[in-house]
Amino acid sequence: MTSVIKTHNLVKYFNDPVLFKVIKNISFEITKGEFVSVIGKSGSGKSTLLYILATMDSDYQGELLIEGETVSDKTEKERAYIRNKKIGFVFQFHYLLNEFSVLRNVMLPALKAGEREIDEIEQKAFEKLKLLGMESHANKKPHQLSGGEKQRVAIARSLINDPLIIMADEPTGNLDKHNSEIVFEIFGNLASAFNQTLLIVTHDIEFASRTHRIIELEDGRILFDRRN
Amino acid sequence: MNYRLIAGISRSLLMARLGQTVVAAIGVTFSITMFIALLSFMTGLNNILDSLIVNRTPHVRLYNEIKPNDQQPVSLYKPSTENYHFIHSVKPKKDFSRIRNSLAIIQSLRQDNRVMGVAPKLSEQVFYNVGSVDLTGIINGVDPVEENRLFFLDDYITTGSSEALKNTTNGIILGKGIADIMMSKIGDVVTVTTARGNKVQLKVVGFFQSGLADYDKVNSFTSLTTAQKIAEVASDYITDLQIKLFNIKQAPTLAAEFKKIYGIQAVDIQAANSQFETGTFVRTLISYSVGITLLVVAGFGIYNILNMMIYEKMDTIAILKATGFTGKDIKWIFIGIALFIGFFGGVAGLIIGYVLSAVIDIIPFETQALPTITTYPVNYNPFFYLIAISFSIVTTYLAGFFPARKASRVDPVIIIRGK
Repeated sequence: MTSVIKTHNLVKYFNDPVLFKVIKNISFEITKGEFVSVIGKSGSGKSTLLYILATMDSDYQGELLIEGETVSDKTEKERAYIRNKKIGFVFQFHYLLNEFSVLRNVMLPALKAGEREIDEIEQKAFEKLKLLGMESHANKKPHQLSGGEKQRVAIARSLINDPLIIMADEPTGNLDKHNSEIVFEIFGNLASAFNQTLLIVTHDIEFASRTHRIIELEDGRILFDRRN
Repeated sequence: MNYRLIAGISRSLLMARLGQTVVAAIGVTFSITMFIALLSFMTGLNNILDSLIVNRTPHVRLYNEIKPNDQQPVSLYKPSTENYHFIHSVKPKKDFSRIRNSLAIIQSLRQDNRVMGVAPKLSEQVFYNVGSVDLTGIINGVDPVEENRLFFLDDYITTGSSEALKNTTNGIILGKGIADIMMSKIGDVVTVTTARGNKVQLKVVGFFQSGLADYDKVNSFTSLTTAQKIAEVASDYITDLQIKLFNIKQAPTLAAEFKKIYGIQAVDIQAANSQFETGTFVRTLISYSVGITLLVVAGFGIYNILNMMIYEKMDTIAILKATGFTGKDIKWIFIGIALFIGFFGGVAGLIIGYVLSAVIDIIPFETQALPTITTYPVNYNPFFYLIAISFSIVTTYLAGFFPARKASRVDPVIIIRGK
């Protein structure tokens, strides 16, 4: 199995208000096609870990490898490139840009990558929206959508550059039961039908129990790492 | 870096905050408008005031001054140590105020490639006969063609033209002051008495107004030949040579040179009118200072608005960074916003500034001093427009740079986690 993300002895300190070790020597590996959930109580360090894995936080010790390549010593520009090309991110709050249409929001990461013609990107963004059943909303502004719909658009955006891995930070944390179910089904479908690697941070135990692998964190350590 | 994408994002952020953007742009527009209008008007006025002096005054004037000789004959005798020369009441020798060998001097000056032209002049004291009263006056005999080419005589002739002096024998252009006293009209014949007592009849072909009332009460113009006839002198009798140079800055050196070569008195324009250059410089300086101050104020406005915008758009910045935009991209998005404001505000300012100048240009402005001017003078120099637009872009760039740099350093983790 090809390694997607591998960490070795990750350590992260918070300095505010006192020196505090949030991540304590975490080592694990995620391979291609895995559907992983990270659970843990508030303050267990799961979001902090996710931001390190997503290359948004570079202030840590230890080693992080994405596709076998060390990320820890990359420059800001190189890390931005990795986020753009290899990582699709879904946040708890939708974080769509209200200045742009739904379609353009989905297109943005691909436009930044700048590897395709605009027509082609538009076509692709439309396909991703269709995959998530959002194609009829393509020309609306994000504020015209409901919370669940916004989250589906955000997932479409995370898929636009065909990322190596999709990371999500509490993707259902702000949604009702019905919309949570839809989002889970989308993730499940991506994993089974497209062999997409997924790493979902959540504290919804029920959600986690339906994924392939659960990593539970407690006080910055891995409490258990179990395959379902 | 994908400039079209960056510019597109800048534009979208602008459009989302159209009201604020327009307010910021109006600040730039206002300052550019004022800058253009002020400079156009100020330099227009400067040019008029300068031309009053610079155009009408010869750059170098050659004349013959009647004065006692510096070398008195007795000084040729070297006294011994015990003796001194004491000479009282030294008087000038009887002489004419004409320039000797004038035609040869004119010829030699006209061949000088630093000299634009030479206008000869003969000034003659006369009396204007008004009924039983005689009024003192001066008749200036000039070469009408050269006088107009070099010193713009027509600019202050209010009725008639210098042409008429050439075409009419015994024609005279009277000063406005003396003409009013004599109540003369075009075509009237006026009588003048020369210093030697001869009466000459001259035909009025025009009036001039120099702007100096006292000057206009005394002076009149005739052609050089008419003046020589009145003075009963030969055709080479000339009292002044008025020289115009290609480069006015050379006047002092050339004055000294001519004085030495031709052995006559020479005076340059700088020595005669030094205060004008200072006045021009100070007025231009004031205009630029006011314009630049306005732009700096507008720059602070843009700085504030961008700072506020960055606080409002923290989420946007965070999400752009999370999806792979670099700090540099973010910086250029916000600098792009500033440049949009600077460019469009600036262009609007140029247009409104031009319109305002055009309005100033049609406001009536009549003054005794400037008979040919009927409206406020405006200088439509394209250079001002170039400076203004460059300045607005540079100022807005600087105003945008610091907020943009701040935006580029936003840590997306803090924003996303902060929710």
